[in-house]
Amino acid sequence: MRAGVVTFPGSNADRDLAESFRKAGADVTMVWHKDTELPAGLDIVGVPGGFSFGDYLRCGAIAAQSPIIRAVKDFADKGGHVLGVCNGFQVLTETGLLPGALLRNAGLHFVCRTVGLKVATSSSVFTQGYNAGDEIMIPIAHHDGNYFADEATLKRLQDEDRIAFTYTANPNGSMNDIAGILSENRRVLGLMPHPERASESAHGGTDGAAMFRVLAEMLATA
Amino acid sequence: MQEPAITEELIASHGLKPGEYALILEIIGREPTFTELGIFSAMWNEHCSYKSSKKWLRTLPTKGPQVICGPGENAGVVDIGDGQAVVFKMESHNHPSYIEPYQGAATGVGGILRDVFTMGARPIAAMNALSFGRMDHPKTRSLVAGVVAGIGGYGNAFGVPTVGGEVRFHSAYDGNCLVNAFAAGLADADKIFYSAASGVGMPVVYLGAKTGRDGVGGATMASAEFDETIEEKRPTVQVGDPFTEKRLMEACLELMQTGAVISIQDMGAAGLTCSAVEMGDKGDLGIRLDLDLVPVRETAMTAYEMMLSESQERMLMVLRPEKEAEAKAVFDKWDLDFAIVGETIAEDRFIILHGGEVKADLPLKALSGNAPEYDRPWEPTPAPAPMDDVPTIDPIDGLKALIGSPNYAEKAWVYEQYDSTVMADSVRTPGWGAGIVRVHGTDKALAFTSDVTPRYVRANPEAGGAQAVAEAYRNLTAVGALPLATTDNMNFGNPEKPEIMGQFVGAIKGIGAACIALDMPIVSGNVSLYNETDGQPILPTPTIGAVGLISSVEDVIGRAVRDGLVALLVGETTGHLGQSALLAEVFHREDGDAPAVDLQAEKAAGDFIRAKHALIAACTDLGDGGLALAAFELAEGSGVGVHIDSGETPFLFGEDQARYLIAADFDSAEALVLAASAAGVPIATVGKFGGDTVKYGGSEASLAELSALYRGAFAGALA
Repeated sequence: MRAGVVTFPGSNADRDLAESFRKAGADVTMVWHKDTELPAGLDIVGVPGGFSFGDYLRCGAIAAQSPIIRAVKDFADKGGHVLGVCNGFQVLTETGLLPGALLRNAGLHFVCRTVGLKVATSSSVFTQGYNAGDEIMIPIAHHDGNYFADEATLKRLQDEDRIAFTYTANPNGSMNDIAGILSENRRVLGLMPHPERASESAHGGTDGAAMFRVLAEMLATA
Repeated sequence: MQEPAITEELIASHGLKPGEYALILEIIGREPTFTELGIFSAMWNEHCSYKSSKKWLRTLPTKGPQVICGPGENAGVVDIGDGQAVVFKMESHNHPSYIEPYQGAATGVGGILRDVFTMGARPIAAMNALSFGRMDHPKTRSLVAGVVAGIGGYGNAFGVPTVGGEVRFHSAYDGNCLVNAFAAGLADADKIFYSAASGVGMPVVYLGAKTGRDGVGGATMASAEFDETIEEKRPTVQVGDPFTEKRLMEACLELMQTGAVISIQDMGAAGLTCSAVEMGDKGDLGIRLDLDLVPVRETAMTAYEMMLSESQERMLMVLRPEKEAEAKAVFDKWDLDFAIVGETIAEDRFIILHGGEVKADLPLKALSGNAPEYDRPWEPTPAPAPMDDVPTIDPIDGLKALIGSPNYAEKAWVYEQYDSTVMADSVRTPGWGAGIVRVHGTDKALAFTSDVTPRYVRANPEAGGAQAVAEAYRNLTAVGALPLATTDNMNFGNPEKPEIMGQFVGAIKGIGAACIALDMPIVSGNVSLYNETDGQPILPTPTIGAVGLISSVEDVIGRAVRDGLVALLVGETTGHLGQSALLAEVFHREDGDAPAVDLQAEKAAGDFIRAKHALIAACTDLGDGGLALAAFELAEGSGVGVHIDSGETPFLFGEDQARYLIAADFDSAEALVLAASAAGVPIATVGKFGGDTVKYGGSEASLAELSALYRGAFAGALA
């Protein structure tokens, strides 16, 4: 698998995401936000956590206007796989690759803790390593992870089985306990929790590793 | 602009004493200009010059085979093997945080992170030690909310995991909260960057954010007591931008790789003045700065304002001239300002040009070298009066009083606002004794702790100072780490009062003795004096930050207990209740002496724990609240009960030092008892883990009830 991981000036989980891809066997290229094109031949693009442009204006809003994101959009439109984690999820909703928005946490505080997630569907290359209904433990660390969408969108996400993960104990006020969602073609996943921070035993949990392992298997470069 | 005339009032308002001004006249042989007066006040205030504390700081042990660089640079550097080094320091941002809690705390974090990456190290861990007034004081809740949000707001965005710290409440901090921020970074031992300039005619380069009027006079403010005019001091607090800091770090680390950097100094307290003088002084060179070249974000700034601005996220470097284009390209990439603003000169002069005029022309060496130094009169703290009798208390009632107090309640409300898992190397996050971070790309790990018990220090500064170091040693030991070195953040009242100076001197003596005995030399630190409001001092608070090394993540001693594990108490228990948490929280008394610190016993117990780590399922040090609190915390963390055989108040709540609580299975417990006897370390079986109640002697409560109290009390107190 060839993966590209985008670095914005305020990204702070780009290295961690890249290493999770690498540990799963991927060949990873870091992609600078001012680049206008992605490297050729990528199987997946990772949009990492952090504070892309300091979270000024709105989380992910400025990043969504950056040169590389135009290329990521084209890549997704052509059927490429995109994984957005935390701030990456915020960027993907700001670009319109995923529906809805991420509002300030209901408690108004930044929240960092390891939370229970229910795998709501195993029907995607990202979640195939789990069984639907599995409960996994993954850390969250965000100030704006409160997922919001209108009724019609929520219904559509539900009906089309596009809710990837839900919280077992909602930490941020997200509608329908949503922690992560898939695009219509199921090739774009955005989620607030950080699977890359639960991918080896030293992290105190390895529940995130299956996502990267299965991605690497499924997207194995011929 | 017409510069103000130099009058007695103007001199006094710069915090300079008449004798200090006389020294200025003697050094320069004429009346200083307004800008020069500002420069002197910036260099000679307590915060920057350490004029009251230097004499005593020199007595601290700062050397050891593990020390690569001790105090005097931006941060201390300690060898961790394999060609790697940990770079760390702790620094206070007390005064600004009381005036403007969010920005004060945020820029405290920013400043300490900058100190670390200035040395060429990427920050990998942060901690903070916070002291607030009593919860029912009208300011406390807003200070807590603002300080915690500010620390999180800055550290989270920057992307460093906050893995530990302390939060305490005491009425002595009603008018002066303490915000002590710690940061540690990782570097290659042979790629450390220092501040000494070298070479004549080398370009002095300004990097990072633009200069504004924020923070003008901040260091002088931080060197004065507070009174009712405090609100007027808000403009002296700086405003932080973690997004710029993050880019500044990446740009600096990238630039260092190119070999372009001769020396580097961050602009912290007293900004451009302090950083330029530091670089020149250490390199035995003069510096000429042309302020017309300094990137500014406000119009019509004067030389005085530019020299004293404490705008954040700025750096000064001396560059190799042939690498200038390469260096500028790095800063363009990160969209940061890069401007050559001066050069090094051979003469011992600090020349400031602005608008075609010479605004200052001072002997550079004398600015730091001739700074006043005081041998302040001090009075030894009198020995505490004997303690009154302590009534017997039902042990579960005593435990409830502790865990229901914001001082000892679970503090998730605080630490969940900090990102503790960013960088994906956190092995132990807050709420569990020392924090642990893996050394990226290796199996090694570093442990971090911050400790002090101010009540002890007030009662007996020397014992209290030693105790702070001993507790740090134990917290590191309890996770299996070998303590390596220490940073001290000395927070005290007005040093011009002999009794306060006596506290300082006593604490330094205790800290020094403990650092020698436990082989934890001081490699960096910070002194914050004048923590008084309307003449009321804080409790003497010498915060000790310490770092330990664990050779493999596999060797970390856990915290998980389970049904059937034996509870073993290591160390000698005499039942010392003087200055204990029980006295303070239950009986509202703070009398008696601090517990005695036997450094040889500390060392023996610590060596024993490390040697036998493989037999230990879980371990915690005993500190405030003694065995009662430690046993509860260990059990509660795993959701199991605990039964301690004794119900005696002194046994359960005494705060004797050099003790640990261990959980081990039956066979391991037997082996531990044998090994301890052989090593001459006291050990005793005191109970066992299991069930769903906490039972001390004959008194019992359900774990669920206690857990709800413990986990709800902090947020409840803030609500």
